[in-house]
Amino acid sequence: MAMAAADIEQMIKDALPDAEVTINDLAGDGDHYAAHVVSKEFAGKSRVQQHQLVYQALKGRMGNELHALALQTSAPE
Amino acid sequence: MSDNPTNTQIQGEIDGNDVVLFMKGSPIMPQCGFSAAVTQALTMMGVKFKGVDVLENMEIRQGIKDFSNWPTIPQLYVKGEFVGGCDIVREMYESGELKKLFDEKGVQYAS
Repeated sequence: MAMAAADIEQMIKDALPDAEVTINDLAGDGDHYAAHVVSKEFAGKSRVQQHQLVYQALKGRMGNELHALALQTSAPE
Repeated sequence: MSDNPTNTQIQGEIDGNDVVLFMKGSPIMPQCGFSAAVTQALTMMGVKFKGVDVLENMEIRQGIKDFSNWPTIPQLYVKGEFVGGCDIVREMYESGELKKLFDEKGVQYAS
């Protein structure tokens, strides 16, 4: 099962409206992505908490339809 | 939550070992690239860790995700604290933060 990059980006933006999302389809197979998410919501949060916010935005798809999403998160400079 | 036997078992592993990696496969034979990557980072740092193979126990495989509110495996725990999955561990390894964390927590290195 795979997910389109645009759907991943939309789900993240629905939960984190200010997010800047950059997604790379690493293997060109719609199943191995790397995402960089920048949002004010991440300020003052640990990396674990930042990633949890993104996983919540993906509503259970991470680890299921979405096997491989390498995630990098940060707050705006 | 502590009434749940799977959680008790997970907590036991985390309490009983300074560094615990819940992973797919064993440290010798990881069965997934992400588990292999974290195993390699820990091995290169020469840190002693306990690998728990979630493929051998379906209750732990699901239970660890509920335990940490984290949807993927591997998961690294250091002195009882959830550090992160593959991406976070890799980032911390590359930046030197992982070594700093191990040093601060007094984690034992293999001699």
